[in-house]
This record gives sequence, structure tokens and C-alpha cells, in this order.
Amino acid sequence: MKTTNIMIVGVGGQGTLLASRLLGHILPGMGYDVKISEVHGMSQRGGSVVTFVRYGSEVCSPIVEKGEADYIIAFEQLEAARWLSYLKKDGKLITSSQQIDPMPVITGVRAYPESLPDRIKQAGVDELCIDVLSLAKKAGSSKAVNVVLLGVFAKLTGLSPDLFKEAIDLIVKEKFRQMNKTAFDLGYAVLQ
Amino acid sequence: MKKLLLGNEAVARGLYEYGCRVVSSYPGTPSTEITEFAATYPEIYAEWAPNEKVAVETALGASFGGVRSFSAMKHVGLNVAADPVFTASYTGVNAGLVIAVADDPGMHSSQNEQDSRNHAVSSKIPMLEPSDSAECRDFVGVAYELSEKYDTPVFLRLSTRIAHSQSLVEIRERTEQPLKPVDKNPKKYVMTPANAIPKHKFVENRTAAIREWAENCSVNTVEENGSETGVIASGTCYQYAKEALGDKVSYIKLGMVNPLPIKLISDFCKGRKKVYVVEELDPVIENHCKAHGIDVIGKELFPLCGEISSNMVKEKILGEKIESGFSISDLPVRPPVMCSGCPHRGMFYVLKKLGVFVNGDIGCYTLGGAAPLNAIDTTVCMGFSVSGLHGFLKANGESKKSVAVIGDSTFVHSGITGLINMAYNRSNGTVIVLDNSITGMTGHQQNPATGITLKGDMTTAVDLEALCKAIGINRVRVVDPQEIDVVEKVVKEELEADEPSVIIARRPCIMIKKAIINPPYKIDPEKCKKCKMCMKIGCPSLSVDPENGTVRVDATLCVGCGLCKKLCKFGAISEN
Repeated sequence: MKTTNIMIVGVGGQGTLLASRLLGHILPGMGYDVKISEVHGMSQRGGSVVTFVRYGSEVCSPIVEKGEADYIIAFEQLEAARWLSYLKKDGKLITSSQQIDPMPVITGVRAYPESLPDRIKQAGVDELCIDVLSLAKKAGSSKAVNVVLLGVFAKLTGLSPDLFKEAIDLIVKEKFRQMNKTAFDLGYAVLQ
Repeated sequence: MKKLLLGNEAVARGLYEYGCRVVSSYPGTPSTEITEFAATYPEIYAEWAPNEKVAVETALGASFGGVRSFSAMKHVGLNVAADPVFTASYTGVNAGLVIAVADDPGMHSSQNEQDSRNHAVSSKIPMLEPSDSAECRDFVGVAYELSEKYDTPVFLRLSTRIAHSQSLVEIRERTEQPLKPVDKNPKKYVMTPANAIPKHKFVENRTAAIREWAENCSVNTVEENGSETGVIASGTCYQYAKEALGDKVSYIKLGMVNPLPIKLISDFCKGRKKVYVVEELDPVIENHCKAHGIDVIGKELFPLCGEISSNMVKEKILGEKIESGFSISDLPVRPPVMCSGCPHRGMFYVLKKLGVFVNGDIGCYTLGGAAPLNAIDTTVCMGFSVSGLHGFLKANGESKKSVAVIGDSTFVHSGITGLINMAYNRSNGTVIVLDNSITGMTGHQQNPATGITLKGDMTTAVDLEALCKAIGINRVRVVDPQEIDVVEKVVKEELEADEPSVIIARRPCIMIKKAIINPPYKIDPEKCKKCKMCMKIGCPSLSVDPENGTVRVDATLCVGCGLCKKLCKFGAISEN
């Protein structure tokens, strides 16, 4: 089977690592060879972060490269735009409409780019832009954007919600489990 | 059972399975998690040492003491450990000793891009290089076998992409290793010239013997696909080549990068039209081939700087240009920043305001050099801030407007000796120890100043004030970096003093249990005069509302440190 390439992009501290951990739990159980790659350390301090998830019958490189991503799951608009060149021509972008100002915007050197989701769509990208933050807050925490996005992703790819919930039971601390499952369901229901 | 493991976790699994009993390391991205995972096994004694030199000496001592031992570090850490490493090559081992070194091509989290394979060549220590997590685990076993068979420490070289990638590993049980008897053996262990002279010959003979082993071993493999084109690669570069070229070419995959085989490579190259060496950073394999008259193509195609990728391999070898379909250009960058509520922020605000020359060091606080604080003027290596300040003042005795800033962990790592030099050789500089009670940048590790061990036990904490005084520093002051008025006054006073001084800026890192976290602050848009004074500290919780130009607080990020409130002259910022 051909390798499927997923990128999870966002801002350090947004919880991209939990999203890749959940996928990392589910995919090997389905019999796939899997490689997941992320960079720890300096970039995690509020910088632009990216995780590569690759699965298929045999995966060599741990890295997704330009023009290769079947899916980009973006936690933030500007990061969706930043990594866009990695998307395949017929790839799909799932992005949160959330905006987080980077330091050049905070210091007033640059303005946050206007209407990015529209510009991305105009560039011909198959884009799904969702107000994920509101759904996460509805589930109980702004930190649950990661699991809401996974819910959307699961619906889109036909991956079983039960597998995600089992993974949540195994990986997430008990007191946050129900909140994360609610967040997942809210994401899964976006495309009903 | 197959499990998805991080490369670093797989190395730790290897340590467990192959009977390692003592691990001593200093944290350094991308090597840190090896030691953290090793510490989760009760069978392994694991510790954070004050620096890599102490760590390797501890591991070597444990090997002499008869148990399989290990030390992990990042590439620059190996420079610190080089002294014991080069002579450990001569003494050899009793029980196996493996030293993992993680290089960082692309400099994701490092101050240089050195290639550790050169250390292996010059110290004459064999080096294995895994290409995925399964090999990370397996090669630990091969390394211990080699170490004990050939009486040598063995390097395990990782790169960021191997250390921080997860792939599947078949989990096995631990095999306990019997304790090796300890003999008094000065000819082996006492490296005086009389003993070291024959030992050097031993090392040269050993390298020849291991090279012979490398000609026909399990870790150097040929994948013959009947192609006239050959590729020689190791580690992550092998994966990039395989991804790009599949079975269109034949491969030698080198699991051992020092010493390199000669016959294996020359036999492989015979009859092929072209053989490419795909390696990141220095042309180590390429130079070896060329030195032995083997015609290969390497750095004329591939760069000396940065990472290689499978797209690059496709482009350079197949001439295929990869086009990416979409792009939106001219986006603002998003560099890493100090966290909301970071205790370092107040200190850098003051240093910038005072306009002093700041000798920086390695840690989260290196981010104080970024906009808008721009408050660091030098960053070289662990400990440079203190010794560099001393030299700077010897050159510019008149202008004292210079300080060193160094974190607690880095100070213990290699700042103390610099401070001794300042006291002993009488410079009048001011060293600011940013004591946030943790090793921050590498992901919050304990250190000798925190009073907690790697395994989580309570222990003695270095008394920094008493230590500085014992060194001969009379002026030691402790401040809370959040109290910027006090900090400014104290820094000014110490800059005036005619003797060396230390200011300990003490407040716990915002990411650890001890952190002081308050409810988020709020800004009254009626009172905000849009002066943007509060924006000068570069807090990620603050942003300008594009609607009306007033500053607003992101309540999901703000931890209520109150630094912005101190800067607001109009009383617009308050506790919620």
C-alpha cells in the first residue's frame, strides 16, 4: 500500500504532540508500518512546530517533504499558510480558524496577514477551515483543539472513532478523558 | 510485541534489554530522552551528572567496576567529554561502555553543526549509526558486544531525525549480564607514559582488527538490486536515499561509520558506472573512499551544511525537480519565544534598559537575544558567559558595563570554573545566575542545584550563595527577577562595585510544579493609551487589538506574572 503522509502543524504549546501520540497509538494497531517525526527542544517554546506522520506497508524516511502531504492538520491559520507548499496537489488541508500572533506581529514589525483562509482557498487548495477553538471550549477546554481536529480528520478518512476513544483512554489522564472524548465527537460531527 | 518507539526511547530499551546497569548523562537536545527513559527502568541506575565530562568518567568508572554502562550527550557535549573519551580509548573497558552522541544537522536546537564522526576517527573509537528505532535498540547490543570483544568504548551516533522519530520496535526481555571481576591492572588502567606508549599501539592494532570485522559484519549490508548505480549511506541518509530511489539503485548501508571497511566498499563499487555517497555534514565516508582510490561522487553534489532530504536525493541523482503546488509568500516568521510568565523576561528588560554588554550562555534565556528584548551580545558554548566576561573586562578594564548571564544548570555545568578565574585573577565583572530551579530548554531536567535526582529522590542541593562566597566572591546578592525596580537598582550597584560580584535572580520556571501561577491579568481598554510600553517585554500573551489599537491579554496564555502591570504608567493593567 502507498504511504499516506500527514502533517500536524501549529504553535509550540498548542498540543500537537498529543494528536500525533494518539495517531501513533492507533495506526500500528491497524497493521501499518508507521513513522512519526517531530523536533523537540528550542522550537517548542512558542515557535512554529510540525509533526510528520507517515503510514503504509513500508515507510522509509520519517519526513514528509514539499508537495507530499495527503493531509495537513493545522492548529492555526498562519501555520496552515506557512506549510502549504508541503501539501500534495490533491491533498486536503484541515485548519483551525484560530489566530495566534507571532512575535513580529506582537512587536508591531509585521501585521497578521489578512483573510488567510480565503487566500488559501483561492490558491486552489481543498481546504476545510473550522472554528475549532469554539468547539474545544464547548467541550470544556481551549486546550482540546487537538482532539477536535482529530475528530474532523477521523470522519474525513473513515478511521474508526472507537479506536481514537480507546487511545484516549490509554494515553490521556483520567480527569481529562471525558472532555477529550466530547471534543472528539464535536469534531467528528462537523462534517455530518 | 511491536511498539512505536522514539529513537531515543529505543536506545533506552536497548540499554535495558542488553543488561546496562549504570547511566550517567547531561541533558542536550536531541539526546535527552534516552537518559529519561533509561531512568524508568528500576534495573538501571541512572543520573544527571553536572556535565558530560563527569558523566563519561562516571560511566567509565562503572565499566571498570564491572557493569555495562552508558552515557548520552549532544554533539557539543562530546567536546566537553573529549578528555576522558580520548584516554578511555587507550584504557579500554572492563564491562562494556557505550557512549551515545546525538548530532543536530540543520541545527534545530544547537549552536553549531559539528559532525561527531570526526571525534570517532580521531579518538579511534568505533562508531555505530542506526537508521531507525529498531536499529537504535539492536545497535546497543552490537555496541556492547564490540566493546567487550575488542576492549574499547563504542560510540552510538544519532541525528535529530533518528533520535526524534518514532518507528516500530519488537520488544524483548532483559538479559542480565554477570558482574565482571575487578582486577588491579595498572598497565591497562594507569595511563602514565610508560603504560600509555604500548597502549597506543594496542589502539592502532584494535582499529585494524575492528576494520576487519567491519568487512563482514551484520551492520554493514549490501542491497544488490542489479543496478549500475550504487549508493553508500548510513543512518537517516540511507532512509532518504531508499525513499527517493527505491530499488532503482543498489546500496551499501553502513551501520558502522568508524572504522569503515575497504574491501566491502571497493567490491561493491567494481563494475558500477556511478557510486554516490549520501552523507550529511562532513565527507567522512567520501574521503575514506577517495583515500583508498575508490571513485565516488559526494560533496560535489550534496551540501556540507544542513540536512539532506529525499527530495534532494531525487533532484541530485535522478535530476527530478520536485514542484510544490501551493504557496503563500511573505508570511511573518514565528521564532521560538520565552514563555508567558518566564522569570528571565524581567532581567532582560532591565539589562536592555541599562544598555550593558551581555555575555550570554546556553539555555532558554538565549531567547533573550531575540526581538524585542535583543538583550544578548554573545553566545558561544556552555560556560562562555563567565570566562568570556572575564576576558572582555581584561581587554576593556575601563568600561565595566558588561555582565554575564547564565542559568543554574549551565552555571553548575561549566560556569563555576570561570567564576573561580574571575575571583583568582581579579576582574570586577558581574555574573548574573538566572536560577529558575530547573534545566529548562531541554525539557525540564533536574540538576545539582535543584535538590532532586533524575529518579525523583530528594538530595543535597548546591548552595549557590555559599559556593560563590567560598570561591572568593564577597558580593553575592539574591533578587526576584520579577521585581524589576529592585533588579535595576542591584545591577547598577554591582556594576559600580570595584570587585567581582554575583547576582542570583531566583524564581522558578513557569513550566514546573513549583511555578507561581496567578489568574490572568486584564487590560482596561478605556485606560489603555496605546503607548505600547507593555509590549517592550515581548510577552506572547499581549497583542494589539487591530480594531482600536489598544493592547489585549490572551487569557489562555497569561499566567498572571504581573510584569506588564509594572510597566503601565496609566494603571490600565490589573489582576482579574
